[in-house]
Amino acid sequence: MPDVAIIGTGIHRFGRFPGKPALSIAAEAARDALADAGLTWADMQFAVGGSYEVDQPDAVVAELGLTGVQFTNVYNGCATAGSALALARQTIGQGEHEIGLILGVDKHDPGAFTAEPEDYACPPWYGEMGLFLTPKFFGMKINRYMHDHGITHETLAAVAEKNYRNGALNPNAHRRTPLPAEKILGARMVNYPLTQYMFCSPNEGAAALVVCSADVAHRYTDKPVYLRSVATRTRRYGAFEVHTPSASVAADHVPAPTVDAARAAFEAAGVDPADVAIAQLQDTDAGAEVIHLAEVGLCADGEQNELIASGATEIGGRLPVNTDGGLIANGEPVGASGLRQVRELVLQMRGRAGERQVPGEPRVGVAQLYGAPGVAAVSVLST
Amino acid sequence: MPPVPIADDLFTWPDDEPRLIGGRCGECGAYAFPLRTGCPRCGATAVERTLLERSGTLWTWTSQGFLPKAPFNGQFASADPFEPWFVGVVELPGQLRVESILVGCPEDGPAIGMPMRLVTMPFRTDEDGREIVTFAFTPDESSPDEGDLPVSPRTPGEADHA
Ligand SMILES: [Zn+2]
Repeated sequence: MPDVAIIGTGIHRFGRFPGKPALSIAAEAARDALADAGLTWADMQFAVGGSYEVDQPDAVVAELGLTGVQFTNVYNGCATAGSALALARQTIGQGEHEIGLILGVDKHDPGAFTAEPEDYACPPWYGEMGLFLTPKFFGMKINRYMHDHGITHETLAAVAEKNYRNGALNPNAHRRTPLPAEKILGARMVNYPLTQYMFCSPNEGAAALVVCSADVAHRYTDKPVYLRSVATRTRRYGAFEVHTPSASVAADHVPAPTVDAARAAFEAAGVDPADVAIAQLQDTDAGAEVIHLAEVGLCADGEQNELIASGATEIGGRLPVNTDGGLIANGEPVGASGLRQVRELVLQMRGRAGERQVPGEPRVGVAQLYGAPGVAAVSVLST
Repeated sequence: MPPVPIADDLFTWPDDEPRLIGGRCGECGAYAFPLRTGCPRCGATAVERTLLERSGTLWTWTSQGFLPKAPFNGQFASADPFEPWFVGVVELPGQLRVESILVGCPEDGPAIGMPMRLVTMPFRTDEDGREIVTFAFTPDESSPDEGDLPVSPRTPGEADHA
């Protein structure tokens, strides 16, 4: 399949915007991306929209212009942006259209996500007993991982500290106040070993990308970034995942969906994980960033203590991770979160990340998403 | 009024030595919990009702440090002031890893590898004044194993959840 180029990125700041409709937030991100590409809404031959809270993101045309454009809405949980990217890639790859807009938006209430357990293939008693909660899954997953691989509480705190520090450099982040590791470790325990400041929270925001066929990218920019692959995967039998009343012991060491998605994405891109120079990983919590580093293939299980303590994942390190503050500093408007990740990679790879620019304009980047009930998406980008 | 289980066909009741009710696939032999029509491994619908092992070991755990929103409706812990509890995953040998509320654990948390066994516990009182009971796992003091200790020592801030 021919490559797809990203030629414009846009964002509406992540945070809380009482009284501001989700579609107004979305329209601002779309306009920002179009302006970045030097194009107008009327130039878009197709659009893809992703949201959890907004049934039909295509309603944004009321603000952008009723051009009659093909506009497809997708939703795939925390991996929504991955599916939106995949659809855009197919639309361009099959020659149906040459240029289009990908838009993600959400506007969540504060607090942990709630839903009906039965809509996630779980029985009602699972919800009544307080087991239908994602934060407790992340606590249990990292607690087991710490037991198996010797990851320390200090490593968890260092991840959160880094992401708040990076968020302070990002004018579009929700949380822009650096927090010292001691304060993170000493905060209220939400789900052991994860404290209040080790979790991201659902919030509001939007992000957008203008994409086109790689063949025509140089008409629009002298610095295109190419979307080399996108893979999404769901959980396999035996995997320990969100919203799982039980899992098999017969199928032990089953790869997590992120492992499967990363392998498929790197293979399709023809890229070795060792070539990755910058990563945006799903840090729903500090432990998730630690685990996802290994699941994506960027380090071995247990190497994270040393890797993180050495500063390798800092903006100036050898493998910068979540340079815009990740979910911990930005929060998670589900439909927009993965497009924020890709926008950050593109800014960094084009050398336009301002105060948080990593040295040397990285050439290969990876973005990873993971969420309930066990869905992951991995995208590989290069210049 | 006698107590009533939180759901039908979830655990044996009344029973001094309760067991969880799961399924076993007639095609591939895989265990499932809770009992449902399709096999999670092969998709076959020939899933037969089976009783799961009563005892196992703690595979992982966490604390529940905030009062969950609906559909949670338990009344087993104080809501004001909020009293955290523990949840975990118990490995039933040769069968399944099952998520559960944990009761009777040390105040600073259980340890991965601890022997655990199934119990029932009062969960809430419903609108008609009936006591609703559910299942939980508790450290199994009758077992000779001690369980392995957590790899890393606790840091001072973590006493907050107790
Ligand atoms: Zn089967």
